[in-house]
Amino acid sequence: MNTTAARFRRTTLLIALIGFAALWLADTRITTGDPGLELQRIASGFLAPDFFASDQLIPAIGYTLAFALQGVAVGFGCGFLLALFWRWRLVRGFSAVIRAVHELFWGLLFLQVAGLSTLTGLLAIAIPYSGIFAKVFGEFFEEADRAPAHASPIGSDAFSLFWYARLPLVWQHMKTYGAYRVECGIRASAILGFIGLPTLGFHLETAFRQGDYNEGAAFLYLLMLLVLSLRFWLKPMLMPVWLIAALVWAPPRGNVTEGSLSRFLTQDIIPAPMRQADWQWHQLGDWSSMLLHEQILPGLTQTLVLGTAALLVTGVLSLMLFPLISRQFGHPLSRSAGNGLLVILRTLPEFLLAFIFVLLMGPSMLPGILALSLHTGAIVAHLCGRFTDTLQLRSDASHGLNRYAFEVLPRIYPNFLALLLYRWEIIMRETAILGILGIGTLGFYVDSAFSELRIDRALVLIAAGVILNLLVDAFSRTLRRHLRLRHSLSDLG
Amino acid sequence: MTTTLFSFQQHTLKRQGVSVLSSLNLQIQQGERVALLGISGAGKSTLLEALRRQQPKQSAWSPQLGALVPMLSVFHNIYMGALNRHPPLYNLTNLIRPMAREWQSVAALAQDLGLSDKLRTSVDRLSGGQAQRTALGRALFSQRDILLADEPVSSVDEQQAEALLTMAIQRHHTAVVALHDRELALHCCDRIIGLKQGEIVLDAASSSLSISDLDPLYRRG
Repeated sequence: MNTTAARFRRTTLLIALIGFAALWLADTRITTGDPGLELQRIASGFLAPDFFASDQLIPAIGYTLAFALQGVAVGFGCGFLLALFWRWRLVRGFSAVIRAVHELFWGLLFLQVAGLSTLTGLLAIAIPYSGIFAKVFGEFFEEADRAPAHASPIGSDAFSLFWYARLPLVWQHMKTYGAYRVECGIRASAILGFIGLPTLGFHLETAFRQGDYNEGAAFLYLLMLLVLSLRFWLKPMLMPVWLIAALVWAPPRGNVTEGSLSRFLTQDIIPAPMRQADWQWHQLGDWSSMLLHEQILPGLTQTLVLGTAALLVTGVLSLMLFPLISRQFGHPLSRSAGNGLLVILRTLPEFLLAFIFVLLMGPSMLPGILALSLHTGAIVAHLCGRFTDTLQLRSDASHGLNRYAFEVLPRIYPNFLALLLYRWEIIMRETAILGILGIGTLGFYVDSAFSELRIDRALVLIAAGVILNLLVDAFSRTLRRHLRLRHSLSDLG
Repeated sequence: MTTTLFSFQQHTLKRQGVSVLSSLNLQIQQGERVALLGISGAGKSTLLEALRRQQPKQSAWSPQLGALVPMLSVFHNIYMGALNRHPPLYNLTNLIRPMAREWQSVAALAQDLGLSDKLRTSVDRLSGGQAQRTALGRALFSQRDILLADEPVSSVDEQQAEALLTMAIQRHHTAVVALHDRELALHCCDRIIGLKQGEIVLDAASSSLSISDLDPLYRRG
């Protein structure tokens, strides 16, 4: 068939083939003894959350918000500066690399230099977010209308032109995107608790690991409350107030002991065989080969397999979930229920979902695939569902399955594919850190290397993860270009 | 004995809360071939929508906007006229892999519409005229008795427009078609209804009219 739909179908077939191969390769065993019983205990915890079991609720909220607000603010500023030079390949490459490393990896890295400190919390978010903001803002500037600048009097200086004719065109988009990033920042900040920072995730992990599900549920509900209540208290006018409060609560200070930074730079990060004075090249070769075969390749393979399987399940889930909230289907009651479900899945970070699923099923890939695809599937379904609301169907359009298959799906498919492929990079990034929970992805080896204080290995592993991420991103971009898919500014989600 | 299919008595038709046609009196009998004429905005589309609401089950519908699914093939777009005749799973199978039986009947219709070589092409790769033929094809494939069409041949070139419209009208016992081509209206239809400023200002048999009688419809004031 010489149809646009046939092109979508071929890409779908490709994704499905790769995805099924990955699912077939993936280890999806349930290794815990009695997941049903554990599920019952967790469920009863969620039904009766205990908000008074811990006296750490308030400080945990404080630190979670402080790291998020400071990190996003610094990231916003640095990203803005980087975006000004988006023409330069070097800046684009630099931004791509710093955002390819997950907040948790940055956190583990800064733990070595600045210790368990507020500075670590701030930088772990600020650095990757600078890269993300740089990319998004850079694209805003690229896509913004150039006519106002061209229409200005010839000879106007570039600096004035920027403030008068370029920035105002994108400022509103930048603010909206910044607010969305605060939401992501709070999730990231909570997750940083899993490496020891005193945020909600720390207490949540402790409570869950000890089986105090009532207490753990309380922390989880608080996290949801923080994210869901954002639009009521995060007003642009109040931003300075919140930032000052964040700085007062957690002034960014490192826990740097004498000489720790210089030791980090001159010793820890140097590959182990090179630290002796009389090292030889073959030692470095053996070390690299060992690292490659025993850690990098298994870690990358597992990351790729899990991430790709999760991509397929995400796609299937989004296509099943979007009709729940679409005005083309159902009635108001079913749509509110659907919205409620999607909000819960979108609000909870995938890492946290994976943590709970690992408690239930053991550290196979199954909990990882489930967590990633439920969270991402809910996001894609939400955006697709919103898009279907803008469709104007003819008044004799069919209903039910006919409407889904003939009217709605073909029309939203380009958007769906663009969103899914765009999310692939993010799924891979999240897959890597799932290793920290004991699943065999790259993060497992990174986490082990850090806990054995082998910073040199950790750095090489993180770099390997960056390369995998850049490759996946390039592949997804090629596919999108081949399909002539463009996501618009509002689809960034 | 004639049956009245459509009937309005002192009716006011609104679009998005704004009255478009007021105190409308109109009857259309079975077997009539009616052309609706008038400048754009005169209320032709609104009247067609209202007609459709009176005979939803019997009307083959060819609207102007959102008529087709751009990324699907001509075959599928025409087949969509038959969605209500089959169970959803049958339709889904036919979407994934066209069935021989359906292919033959759609192909036969496409032949009459001059679309034989485009069955496998998606609508977003067609010219405006070809897309219109496809939309008309869907209406014909729905196999209803009454044709309600809104400018069904406006992008088709003049020579073929008349043959196409005649063919479409002949396959229904009754037809109401909004047109802007006055000559086409006089040739293909036997009753002309002229709309102007929210009222019916002309309602006469085509045989009693000449082109110049229709001019006032398009004159300002």
